[in-house]
Amino acid sequence: MMALTRLLDPSRTVSLRRRLVWQFLTLSALLVIGLFVTVGWVADRASRASQDAVLGAAVTAIAEGIRSVDEGLELELPYATFSMLGAMGEERVFYAMTVGGRMLTGYDDLPQPARQPDDMQPVFWNADYRGADLRLAAVMRQMLVDNRSEPVLVSLGQTRLGQAAIARETARSAAWAALAFLVLALPVALLAAQAVLSPIRSLAEVVGRRGPRDLRPVRHHTPKELAPLLRALNGLIGRLRAALDLAETFIFEAAHRIRTPLSLVRTEAELALSETTDPATRLRLRRMVRAIGESSRSANQILDHAMVLYRTDQFAAASLDMSALVKAVVRAIRPLADMRDIRIVERGTDLPCPIEGDERMLEIALRNILDNAVKYAAPDGLIEVELTRSDGFAAVAVLDDGRGLSDDPATLAGRFRRGANVGDTSGSGLGLTIVTEVASAHRGRFALSNRKTEGTCALLKLPLR
Amino acid sequence: MRLAEVAVALMLWAAPAAALEVEAERVFGAADGDEISVLSTTDLAAIAPVLEDFVQGNPGRKVRYLQAASTEIDAAIRHEDARFDLVISSAMDLQMKLANDGFARSVAPAAERLPPWARWRDMLWGIALEPVVTLASRQALRGLPLPRTRRDLIAVLRENPGRFQGRVATYDPEESGVGYFLVAQDDQVSDGFWRLAEVMGRLDAQLYCCSEEMIGELRAGRIAIAYNVVASYAARFRPDDPDLVQLAFDDYTFAILRSALVPVDAPDPEGATLLLSHLLSDTSQRTFATGAGVALVPGTGPPPSPHLRPIRLDAGLLVYHDRLRRAGLLAEWQGAMIQP
Repeated sequence: MMALTRLLDPSRTVSLRRRLVWQFLTLSALLVIGLFVTVGWVADRASRASQDAVLGAAVTAIAEGIRSVDEGLELELPYATFSMLGAMGEERVFYAMTVGGRMLTGYDDLPQPARQPDDMQPVFWNADYRGADLRLAAVMRQMLVDNRSEPVLVSLGQTRLGQAAIARETARSAAWAALAFLVLALPVALLAAQAVLSPIRSLAEVVGRRGPRDLRPVRHHTPKELAPLLRALNGLIGRLRAALDLAETFIFEAAHRIRTPLSLVRTEAELALSETTDPATRLRLRRMVRAIGESSRSANQILDHAMVLYRTDQFAAASLDMSALVKAVVRAIRPLADMRDIRIVERGTDLPCPIEGDERMLEIALRNILDNAVKYAAPDGLIEVELTRSDGFAAVAVLDDGRGLSDDPATLAGRFRRGANVGDTSGSGLGLTIVTEVASAHRGRFALSNRKTEGTCALLKLPLR
Repeated sequence: MRLAEVAVALMLWAAPAAALEVEAERVFGAADGDEISVLSTTDLAAIAPVLEDFVQGNPGRKVRYLQAASTEIDAAIRHEDARFDLVISSAMDLQMKLANDGFARSVAPAAERLPPWARWRDMLWGIALEPVVTLASRQALRGLPLPRTRRDLIAVLRENPGRFQGRVATYDPEESGVGYFLVAQDDQVSDGFWRLAEVMGRLDAQLYCCSEEMIGELRAGRIAIAYNVVASYAARFRPDDPDLVQLAFDDYTFAILRSALVPVDAPDPEGATLLLSHLLSDTSQRTFATGAGVALVPGTGPPPSPHLRPIRLDAGLLVYHDRLRRAGLLAEWQGAMIQP
């Protein structure tokens, strides 16, 4: 009992589908009941009317069979009429005939009509007689009896068990048909509920499939009813995007504004360093220069990162030659490497390597990789830059002979993450994040691994055109 | 004092029964069994084996069987408040009227194979077919062709008035319920019947109350032809009496339906239903079919011949007891019998 009430409780049905099916079932059950009642009523009325017609015809036939003879009246009760009256459902039949109010034949105590019929038009009424519900009809006829015109009243009654049974049977058949329909319709209802709900699912899929940084408005074709939801969703996305844009613009702006004063301070600090001989002051100034260098590097990387995010949003690919790009970036980083006596060897850049991509982003990515390599390579070490092509990918491998990685390479790609063994080397932790984001914007991959010998291997793979 | 009470009670109990003219009475089964009382037109000798069979199969029951005329039975149930468990009668119209007027109770005996026309609702149950035939004495018809139809019979009677004067017999419709019912049926089915009635009237037909009496007179040689005799009565004598010849006319031969009902005030309706089921069982049906020469339930005896007309249990039967219709019919009968 408890389980049933719980099952019937509509508030429990948090599933839209279940709720739809429940509503359908409830409505259908009401329909079945309605059909049963309506058809029962209609069938009852129809069969009543047709039986009344038969009864009326029968009583008229009997009245028409009355003849005036010398001895009074003569009537041969027609066998066929009675047989017919009793035929449907083996009804009980009663009759009476009075002349001028005197009983002539039939059942003396048969109920009389409430209203006297005035001609051959039958009058119908219901009465209780001998423990049965009777439907009666009566007609009146003027006959000549003993040279006087006398009213002859013929009443005929029958039970209506067969008629009631037929009406009941009809209603029951209708209810069965409706039930069968309900059973057939149930799977259809389930399918319909599924179909009605499928746009919601497909919308959810479209939204769920989006990349983590995809904040474009959802342009999905939905039914009219889902349009408000879609509008609200797009409104929310718009506000989120505006907030993010604001934050990024703010960061970009802040980094940009800090960079210029920083280089000014750095120049001043270096000038002061060259002008002073006091060892304590020099030490302090050197620390200062170093800290300023770190800050300006971080500012640069934040700017790079903001740039990459911006260009990912507005991604516009163009044909470019990866070989030329690698060469250009290596050329740019060489002075820095020379300062630390690190050699850079290029391989595979003599052949053109055409890809589709955003040159600015790729340049930032390569610069960060090489920057990292220079930073973590051993002094007097060697950095090998190797461009290869295989399986539809262009792969840039940057190998150093530095200290290698101590952490799981995957975690290092997170924003502001730095390895546990970086120790004295300066860095913001944004470099690898930038590279990873550039790689995924190009539908490529970036991987960082330890070499078999000393050092790290950074591998950027991009699809060839 | 106590004795007086018993006497009053006995008188009260006996009063309705006293009004009923019982032709035969017998109790079947152990005296201490639960009594099922049966009021019936059926000849005691004809039904005895079936009832013996019943009390043997139901040791806790006894059957008190009372045989009476159909009009007596109708009056007893209708007016005299007689209490019986089962009422059996060959007068279909009277039985039908009793059921129609609400004197019968709905019962549900085992009757799966009973034809639908042999029952009315769940109140009136046909238990046997009784063909109505004409009996003749071979001796009296010597030298004449055996009539095969009513037309033949009319011709034979007309051409030999000397031989058949005062020696034609039939039911008296004014006295016998079955007799009236058969005249009404003849009247309805055939126009030729009234010609036959006139011929019989001219031959000064003898009128009897019952089939047995007619058969007795026929066997005694006092009459030559008996028109409308219930065949089951004749069946008891025919094999032993080579002089009796049974004529089932080809134009039509009625078969009336002996029917049973359980009165609304039956003291033991369950017992009555049990007995009714037994009467409708294949064993009993075979016994009845042997006597009547035709089976009611298919497969329990000889199938009906094509000219046999079983009369259906139907509301149409009610018309025969209409006062005006009866008066008209009997007047016509009188007109045919008494020739100026």
